[in-house]
Amino acid sequence: MASAVSAIFILDLKGKVLISRNYRGDIPMSAVEKFLPLVLDAEEDGQAPAPCFTDDGINYMYIRHNNLFLLAISRKNSNATTVMLFLHTIAEVLTEYFKELEEESIRDNFVIIYELLDEMMDFGYPQTTESKILQEYITQDAYKLEVQVRPPMAVTNAVSWRSEGIRYRKNEVFLDVVESVNLLVNANGNVLRSEILGAIKMKVFLSGMPELRLGLNDKVMFESTGRSPTKGKSIEMEDVKFHQCVRLSKFENDRTISFIPPDGEFDLMTYRLNTQVKPLIWVEALVENYTGSRVEYLIRVRAQFKRRSSANNVEIHIPVADDADTPRFRNGIGSVQYVPEKGCVIWKIKQLQGGKEFSMRAHFGLPSVKNGEDTDKRPPISIKFEIPYFTTSGIQVRYLKIQERSGYAALPWVRYITQNGDYQMRMPDSIKSSKMAPI
Amino acid sequence: MDVFSKPKFFTTSTKGENAELLVELNSEYRERRKDAVKRVIANMTVGKDVSSLFPQVVKNMQTEDLEMKKLVYLYLMNYAKSNPDLVILAVNTFVRDTDHLNPLIRALAIRTMGCIRVDKILDHVCEPLKKCLQDDNPYVRKTAALAVAKLWDLDQERARENGFVEILQELLSDSTPMVVANAVTALAEMQESATIDNGGDVFVVNVVTMNKMLAALNECTEWGQIAILTSLADYRPVDSKEAENICERVVPRLSHANGSVVLSSIRVIMMYMRYLKNDDFVKALIKKMSPPLVSLLASPPEVQYVALRNINLILQKRPDILQNDVRVFFCKYNDPPYVKREKLEIIIKLSNGRNIDQVLSELKEYASEVDVDFVRKAVRAIGRCAIMIDEASERCVNVLLDLINTKVNYVVQEAIIVIKDIFRKYPQRYEAIIPTLCQNLDSLDEPEAKGSLIWILGEYAERIENAVELIESFLETFLEENSQVQLQLLTATVKLFLKKPSQSQELVHRVLQTATQEIDNPDTRDRAYVYWRLLSTDPQAAKAVVLSEKPPISVESGGGTGATGSGRGPSNGLAGVSRIAPGLMDELICNISTLASVYHKPPRAFLGNKAFSADAVRKAAVEDAKDEEQIAGEDAPVPGSAAAAAPKNAMADLLDLDFGSAEPQVPAYSSPPVSGTRAPANYNADLFGLSSDMGNMSGAFGGSNGLQNNMNGGNSASGSNGNLFGDLGGFGGFGQSPPLSQNQQHQQPQSTPQNTQSSAVNDLLDLL
Repeated sequence: MASAVSAIFILDLKGKVLISRNYRGDIPMSAVEKFLPLVLDAEEDGQAPAPCFTDDGINYMYIRHNNLFLLAISRKNSNATTVMLFLHTIAEVLTEYFKELEEESIRDNFVIIYELLDEMMDFGYPQTTESKILQEYITQDAYKLEVQVRPPMAVTNAVSWRSEGIRYRKNEVFLDVVESVNLLVNANGNVLRSEILGAIKMKVFLSGMPELRLGLNDKVMFESTGRSPTKGKSIEMEDVKFHQCVRLSKFENDRTISFIPPDGEFDLMTYRLNTQVKPLIWVEALVENYTGSRVEYLIRVRAQFKRRSSANNVEIHIPVADDADTPRFRNGIGSVQYVPEKGCVIWKIKQLQGGKEFSMRAHFGLPSVKNGEDTDKRPPISIKFEIPYFTTSGIQVRYLKIQERSGYAALPWVRYITQNGDYQMRMPDSIKSSKMAPI
Repeated sequence: MDVFSKPKFFTTSTKGENAELLVELNSEYRERRKDAVKRVIANMTVGKDVSSLFPQVVKNMQTEDLEMKKLVYLYLMNYAKSNPDLVILAVNTFVRDTDHLNPLIRALAIRTMGCIRVDKILDHVCEPLKKCLQDDNPYVRKTAALAVAKLWDLDQERARENGFVEILQELLSDSTPMVVANAVTALAEMQESATIDNGGDVFVVNVVTMNKMLAALNECTEWGQIAILTSLADYRPVDSKEAENICERVVPRLSHANGSVVLSSIRVIMMYMRYLKNDDFVKALIKKMSPPLVSLLASPPEVQYVALRNINLILQKRPDILQNDVRVFFCKYNDPPYVKREKLEIIIKLSNGRNIDQVLSELKEYASEVDVDFVRKAVRAIGRCAIMIDEASERCVNVLLDLINTKVNYVVQEAIIVIKDIFRKYPQRYEAIIPTLCQNLDSLDEPEAKGSLIWILGEYAERIENAVELIESFLETFLEENSQVQLQLLTATVKLFLKKPSQSQELVHRVLQTATQEIDNPDTRDRAYVYWRLLSTDPQAAKAVVLSEKPPISVESGGGTGATGSGRGPSNGLAGVSRIAPGLMDELICNISTLASVYHKPPRAFLGNKAFSADAVRKAAVEDAKDEEQIAGEDAPVPGSAAAAAPKNAMADLLDLDFGSAEPQVPAYSSPPVSGTRAPANYNADLFGLSSDMGNMSGAFGGSNGLQNNMNGGNSASGSNGNLFGDLGGFGGFGQSPPLSQNQQHQQPQSTPQNTQSSAVNDLLDLL
């Protein structure tokens, strides 16, 4: 079951090829000309085009990135997950190289993109894609005759993500525990889904080849070792995903998280758990619609977390009718702004203290004659926020042990933050207080 | 590429530019030559033809400047094919480069040589390749390993003769995991196209290689792990214990950040499950698989899509997975449409008596979204829930009534279509809602919705007071209707007549007359003839036939939700949940994470034959014989126009058979009706002559009835509405391609226009 792809293309939205690489030569490169018409045909049929499809024995797999398509074609029963992830990896690597991946940066950097495409994939199989390692031997300006670059050991090492011989004067590690809350509440105020996607992000400035061991208040670990947490509670993670540097079999055996970290920034692990806790920020909306004259919104926000925490940069996006005009607002806190191009009102609150509750009223005029159909369907209310020094799950870093042959002492720093993920509350139906109710 | 679209002066200037480049490429200054090569590559990138510069560019290959070298190599890969004779110019430099001090250049040279698909270079590639495979530097070895696969692709024999297969097999024990991974990759690909004539298998995963791969698994890059996991899936464990051990080694991979590593691991586990005898172990595995599958939903949308299509498969194979997770599949407002569609499919699969209230309120929410296609699917999903979960059917019907009351046109029509299925599943249970449905008569403009309501009217004619008026009002536009609606009207009127003969005698006469005389569509016309004859011969037989018990409808039936012809995703489901036949299911499980699992089709159904070597074709043929029925729907989804005509013949023959012996005049009728021409007057006359003589023919009818019943048995999964005469036509279709079963219906491409379909298919539609 060979997973190889035959060629990779980067195209603009009109289907023009900006750059391409033919890996196997078993498909005429002109096959790409059929790609966009096929996608557009699917759109016309009302069938939203899927990210992979087959036509005339050729498989097309693509992703959108900014205003570009990244497309892979193959003649084989390719591993679709691999191909999709690989296309995303290309986008990530090129973005790290050029800051923005767009038509212009591709044209300006075609030489290096060819080199990267050559190095990241061979005969249609993904090879080295670790951007930090690639940057060691594929660079824009390192080509001097005197010193010729060589493939870094890391490319083929078991530790393929870290080069040897890294030196820092001050050895430090920063750990950020970031929890994003995904929440979906239906129009009746019932919580449909509440989950936490956590990530432990690291910034590593350590010399040599350090061995790290991270201890968390992981319930499964405590249970398996028979110990109990010294203080506080332990947490139960539903699913954990690790950066490739973590020894997975060791984790499976005794839940130890041990690894040799890459240099610089990376996501060490992500975890997921469903919570039964109260949503951190609760918003209620009351909409009164006087068809043909005006619509009124009463929005109430409540911070349902501990008093000593507070949420920063809270933004509540409330969708309003497209034809609404002459906005007027009354708010006790923060600032309110109507953003017609997004079709919503944004209520910003710089700091929202736990346990507090505020309300805001918005008033719009409506045209007396409705144009077109009654498209009452609105997107949900979405909320942005961040709460520093706080995790919803209660996850704690118990220790981070750092060992290196030279025996230096290194300082770990830990920060906790909770923020919104997909935090959406569906808009309730408006109360039709129409005086001119249809009979 | 777009030479022709450009104004003329531009073409000449390109020529001019090439001339200019020619000079620059020959410049004595290195920097100018390098700039020129860059410009050549730039021109190549935008699609201008720079092949004429071949010799000059290749001259610049011999350089210590790595960037320049890479550019020239790139040029070579692109234009070697158009200048095969000149490639020989480059060979010396290539060979020298594979001896270079810098491993980067050695690897680059061997990689590029493999990519130049010109026979001439093959004579020179073997020696350097052998050297590179034994290079001290693992980077060179891992590159050389793949180069063997490239050579194999061009010339298997040469690769075997030079012993590359053995060298690769040795590389499986290499100390560097990435070399092992690439050796596995290369061998796996070569095995796929290995032919018996040339020496047979090159890569059979046995205990030894399996252990080598497992050893390398932990230390590989993410992509290498995928390659190893893929080959691991080919291993056949000797017993349950061994399968258990391997699963235990694979399970930790479920925590890998790369979703493809996760899905590849799940493939291995799913495939090994059939060897596992220890039920507790299997249960534990299932439990471990759920969270990683859910986590895939946090990936980019394209990966989510692939994951969802796979979850759909895994759920059918292992319905005990993800049982408490239906909520994670609820759609987000900003999910792309293709993700929403797949989530909806999974919500339906996971809905049960315990979570149905939650699911229904969610589906109702979707039914008020703006994306019409998605709304329709949501409404259909409600119907599927009603049919699947008996105790929830009333709640589903109430939700559908709520939706009908929204008066949103397409929602109402979809709801009526769905309610028709609910009526079939639970006859006599929800008649009370018929008046509500009838209030929406005027808003129906889609054939399927109209047909559904008419079907309900006919089926429940005795309980609807003004059924005669209602059907009469539909009949006013009889001739303008779509043939699907005409067929339903025809049947409904006959049912009405059989149930309320006194009020509708004139009506049924008028309809039959119109249908036989004024309608060109052979399906409608023939059905009218059949009814007419039946009614005039033996009204009791007519009752037995037209009002016969319908085969039960179930969730598996009637759906076309599987893969579509174009492979762009699932098509509209009817009442049924798509079900994949067990044989195909096992094949798809072996293909988890690949395109086959996304399309829900076996690989050979969408891969062009060109991708197959002779041997692979032979292998496929053997398997084909095994699961013939699966592909029957794929390869010959719908008989072409010739076949479409054939059932008519068959039907005529059948009638001929039944009546011919008694009535010598029959040939006038049994000659196949030509569509598009009006039936001549004497044709009708003959027919009536015949039918008036048919009083003594009920015996013949009884005979055919039995035949039809048999057919119904075979056809029950089709959800045909028991309209036996429809099935008669269907029989012709079956005679055409005997082994048809459910699969055909599932895989019928939706794009096929109705009227080219055989009447077997039309009879499916008849039910809609």
